[in-house]
Amino acid sequence: METWRLPLSSSIRGKLISAGYTSLSSISSVSSTDLARDVKITESEAFEILKMANQVTGSSSCNGRSSSLVNGARNAWDMLHEEEALPRITTSCSDLDKILGGGISCRDVTEIGGVPGIGKTQIGIQLSVNVQIPREFGGLGGKAIYIDTEGSFMVERALQIAEACVEDMEEYTGYMHKHFKASQVQMKPRDILENIFYFRVCSYTEQIALVNHLDKFISENKDVKVVIVDSITFHFRQDFDDLAHRTRVLSEMALKFMKLAKKFSLAVVLLNQVTTKYTEGSFQLALALGDSWSHSCTNRVILYWNGDERYAYIDKSPSLPSASASYTVTGRGLRNSSSSSKRVKMM
Amino acid sequence: MANKLIGEMDLHKRISNIFAARNIITAKDALSMTEFELMELLDVGMKEIQSAVRLISEAASPPCLSARSLLEQKVENEHLSGHLPTHLKGLDSALCGGIPFGVLTELVGPPGIGKSQFCMKLALSASFPKAYGGLDGRVIYIDVESKFSSRRVIEMGLKSFPEVFHLKGMAQEMAGRILVLRPTSLSDFTQSSIQELKESILKNQVKLLVIDSMTALLSGENKPGAQRQQHQLGWHISFLKSLAEFARIPIVVTNQVRSQNRDETSQYSFQAKLKDGFQEHTRTYDSHLVAALGINWAHAVTIRLVLESKSGQRIIKVAKSPMSPPLAFPFHITSAGISLLSDEGTELKGPGINNIHARGHSDMINFNGDCS
Repeated sequence: METWRLPLSSSIRGKLISAGYTSLSSISSVSSTDLARDVKITESEAFEILKMANQVTGSSSCNGRSSSLVNGARNAWDMLHEEEALPRITTSCSDLDKILGGGISCRDVTEIGGVPGIGKTQIGIQLSVNVQIPREFGGLGGKAIYIDTEGSFMVERALQIAEACVEDMEEYTGYMHKHFKASQVQMKPRDILENIFYFRVCSYTEQIALVNHLDKFISENKDVKVVIVDSITFHFRQDFDDLAHRTRVLSEMALKFMKLAKKFSLAVVLLNQVTTKYTEGSFQLALALGDSWSHSCTNRVILYWNGDERYAYIDKSPSLPSASASYTVTGRGLRNSSSSSKRVKMM
Repeated sequence: MANKLIGEMDLHKRISNIFAARNIITAKDALSMTEFELMELLDVGMKEIQSAVRLISEAASPPCLSARSLLEQKVENEHLSGHLPTHLKGLDSALCGGIPFGVLTELVGPPGIGKSQFCMKLALSASFPKAYGGLDGRVIYIDVESKFSSRRVIEMGLKSFPEVFHLKGMAQEMAGRILVLRPTSLSDFTQSSIQELKESILKNQVKLLVIDSMTALLSGENKPGAQRQQHQLGWHISFLKSLAEFARIPIVVTNQVRSQNRDETSQYSFQAKLKDGFQEHTRTYDSHLVAALGINWAHAVTIRLVLESKSGQRIIKVAKSPMSPPLAFPFHITSAGISLLSDEGTELKGPGINNIHARGHSDMINFNGDCS
């Protein structure tokens, strides 16, 4: 491998190459003091270069370790067990949970998009409440981060959904312990609101800054299990004239979200808007932000109207089949559309 | 937040000089570039760039609030927890108190249905003292089509709140709080005049902003190409939303209607493959109308109230609202303004809530008596 491929600043790179160190093998055999003297850089800079070079070459040599032939890789069998053990966040609508394989998966970035009024914010608020369902009830017992770019988070609605969630939990314990009447659940609706961290983002700069800052924030609040961005599109739709630039910034942001999801084992849910585009001779609806963005998210769910019902369609997923399910938005939150039962189905 | 100066953040002196040397002064400049681009531009190692970006991001991030403190703030600081009552009982209960502060509310409907009447009533309501359910503040009414009639406003006030209006000097004071602007086109709203508007809203206790109508304001621009118009609209959307949010006031905007193009579709590409049998719906050439200003605008408004007329009956529908189901209320217009015929809304299902009907509506608004 050539040295100019290393992630170094251009002046140091230039000095390395002009001193004759064009390939990695030439660097690996030299000590840091000699390198510093030859290339006319400080010793700490030389040390960094050597460390970087070793990392790059180390990954391609056989290590003979028992679990990996390639540094940093895990085998698929171990990953299978991990995936099955992963908790999922229920959407309170069992049909929707079914097509999602049990709910929104943690460690993944899921994009949900739809026309205005279909229920994207409702799903966002429902998930930020449902992530807090305690483990005894089959939930994750975690906290939520709600990043609001449009001002659509209505706290009164979150309170309504939280109250309905607590009522459902009380009803459930009433069923399970048949001798007691609806027993007291520890959580109160106001406690649920306390565990939703709300950020109001007013420009794309703040959005990028917040995504960068989330690493530190979540390290300090380790029980955050879901990050919801409502919506990812708003600030990127109007302020960018150079679309190529926008694509670069968006892909960097998507990568950061993925890193967050993997590092802290949380679910990232990005809500997207809709635009019309002209393909195959007619206008069709498509999710906003362009084709390059469509590649960035792991899972993609599209919400749409079918006749008089709201439906969700799994548009893109590495493991789930394409399927659609209907749901409704009620005063208590998201629910199944056909059944009239109020009992929440626990996992 | 985006315009925070890098020089004032806690960065190491050497790094902040390097940023300044390359003309990266604000957080916005720094964060608009990817880390790789910054590394190339500033000729600094990746690790340093990453830690600098981390510090800049932390300084430029918005503050965190828990949803609970959000609720408590609203209840404590804002009148009626942040709602402007419309004095239409059914509508107010559907909207948890009234038109909410801090967000955009849109009124859309065919011409002559009563949008301006509704706006005038709201303006009146906002100017009232708190004891009568008002906001006790000024109102800025941007009247593009000259629909505002002070005589009508006073008449509405006399008929609906006689106990207030008959007090001496009250009518003058209430009407004195409503400030009417009559721009002819968007170019009257240059950047600087908009900033002035923003400042005066903050300084002068303005509690409501009404724009009647947004469509007329934007159509005054004869710029060729739909793209340019979308871009213009985009800027105004962000501005209005941030103004509403910052000043914590309700902003009510009216929108016109247009007929649905034959080309328009409401389908995704995968829907053609899912043969659900419901596709017949989209093929009917029902001559209903849709809201103007496009889908981008529809995403940006938080609450959409559709006024329409179906078989001679005027109906107001809550078409988009994060906190209420889609309800429709029949209404009529009297000398006291708009009033609901029934406070029990009928719940509508399906996307039909967004369709706007304008048939069977030939009666004129009769100011001097009740409508039939």
